Amino acid sequence: MVEKSTKIIDEQGLHMRPANNFVSAIVKYKSNITIIHNGNEINGRSIMNIMAACIKCGNEITIRCEGEDEEAMLNEAISLIEGGLE
Amino acid sequence: MNKIKGIGVSAGYAVGTAVVVKEASYDVASATFTTAEEEKQNLDRAVLVYTEDTNKLIEKLTKEAGTKNAEILQGHLVMLSDPFMLQQMQDQIDSGKPAVQAVDAVCQTFYDMFSSVDDEMMKQRASDIQDIRLSLIEIISGVESTKIEEVPSGTILIAKDFTPSMTSRINKENVVGIIAEVGSVTSHSAILARAIDMPAVLSLPDATEIIKDGDTLGIDGGKGYVYQEPDAETIKLLNNDRQAYLNEKSSLLDFFGKETVTKSGDKRLVYGNIGKPEDVQNVIQNSGEGVGLFRTEFLFMDRPALPSEEEQFEAYSTVAKAMGEKEVIIRTLDIGGDKDVSYLGIPKEDNPFLGFRAIRYCLANPELYKTQLSAIIRAARFGNIKIMIPMVTCVEEVAAVRSLIAECELDLAKRGVQFKENIEVGVMIETPAAVFIADELARCADFFSIGTNDLTGYVMAADRGNANVSNLYDVNKPAVLKAIKTTIETAKRHGISVGMCGEAASDRNLIPTLVEWGLDEFSVTPNAILATRKTISEC
Repeated sequence: MVEKSTKIIDEQGLHMRPANNFVSAIVKYKSNITIIHNGNEINGRSIMNIMAACIKCGNEITIRCEGEDEEAMLNEAISLIEGGLE
Repeated sequence: MNKIKGIGVSAGYAVGTAVVVKEASYDVASATFTTAEEEKQNLDRAVLVYTEDTNKLIEKLTKEAGTKNAEILQGHLVMLSDPFMLQQMQDQIDSGKPAVQAVDAVCQTFYDMFSSVDDEMMKQRASDIQDIRLSLIEIISGVESTKIEEVPSGTILIAKDFTPSMTSRINKENVVGIIAEVGSVTSHSAILARAIDMPAVLSLPDATEIIKDGDTLGIDGGKGYVYQEPDAETIKLLNNDRQAYLNEKSSLLDFFGKETVTKSGDKRLVYGNIGKPEDVQNVIQNSGEGVGLFRTEFLFMDRPALPSEEEQFEAYSTVAKAMGEKEVIIRTLDIGGDKDVSYLGIPKEDNPFLGFRAIRYCLANPELYKTQLSAIIRAARFGNIKIMIPMVTCVEEVAAVRSLIAECELDLAKRGVQFKENIEVGVMIETPAAVFIADELARCADFFSIGTNDLTGYVMAADRGNANVSNLYDVNKPAVLKAIKTTIETAKRHGISVGMCGEAASDRNLIPTLVEWGLDEFSVTPNAILATRKTISEC
């Protein structure tokens, strides 16, 4: 299991388009992915759950990956968030 | 006749026959379970049918109302593509629930999650999931709601609320107006109604009960009136208004792409006000002759830290390039204690409008201000950009801005970055102080722009938001008019140009006076550009 914390820079937070971009980009990995926000664990493959978490610009989140390609998945997930998803 | 008032969200007039939209009233609890396999097939089929239907609607909507309106429906497909949500529905079926109940329960969970947050975006998602739920249940159960695409011509549609999939089924050939019980100017249905130019009244409580199928209705989508069973006189008036409105609309088109010239042959300019780089398209689509006010606050708000010089450069040059040779007047950061930008560290003030805001804040934070000025003079190479300083009250402020610009030029030259030299610097006249020293300011500024919204408040010492004194907040008060006249006269005497970028610039009753006094440039909200040009040409 690997995990890393980062900050949301997208002006509108993780709303529909950013969340969709995120989910579409990580679908190719096999590991489990969890977004931890305010102590809540969110399934990182579910756009509905990501949107429902109401993650805003400037919020701190932790991403946790667990599985055979966890390193690669975490790296891409973090660089997606840090590069801005809009 | 019954006259009912709602909120007018899309101007225009119509007389037509009521069709009250019935939503599919299927009793979800009455559904019976067949086999898990069959229920899952029902679910899969419903998702498939829904996806096909929605794709068709997206195509139709993109053609008629543009991609922006189609985006909401695209969002529904994105939401429904969540494998996790579909899995939850299948799990419910496995536990013995019929497909409709599985859809209903899972959608309810997400609806509760979205609607529990007090946030505009989340509310939108809640109504999205509601829309998806109703559509899926309708498909699975086979119980249909009113077929909006098949109503007879001359229909006025009435619904509790228009979901995006409902509005996207509206055809202009058979629907002449829409009425809903809820909604506001920013609702999806309001935006769509304006895009397809259809009169609409929202927020009319109990409309679906008061109004019956087959009622004759009149609708005034500008003022928000609905006339139930109007008498012959009212119908006549509405038809006249409708004709006048359509004539006005088509007569405005005569002013598209034309110069703004008064009856006596004087040339004036009508510009647009914008708040975001993409708004420049509205100015172009409405035939604006320039951008008279580009507010830059958007770059600084709703974010955790200051925007970089690059990011600002990007925004400013986008607008400059889009406008080409036409003027783009960029107002530097106009922010203060009344706007919450936490990272700027502006303390809460008792009296923010008399406090640490706009140019006062910027001059106290020269590094932040120089980043903005550098970005502006770099972007100025790509068009015809000018700088405008907000909230000026003394000449020293103008001098300070000019010397900061000189520092920026030196820094950029050292960095080997190209920029435009000798950019024009104008002053916003929005305080009584600026009016009193207009002579002195005219000597050190390249142009004036009168900001009537703040000027009215400061001259009259009245807050427009305070109902007890808002009657004093009036640009037509002699004190405000004198301030405007003095400013224009002073600019003329010094041979500098003078514009106006408040709401008064598009006030058709005030325009003749402003034209007579010699105002050069009228900067208005983009959709008022053509009407303003028309009014000026009649002066």
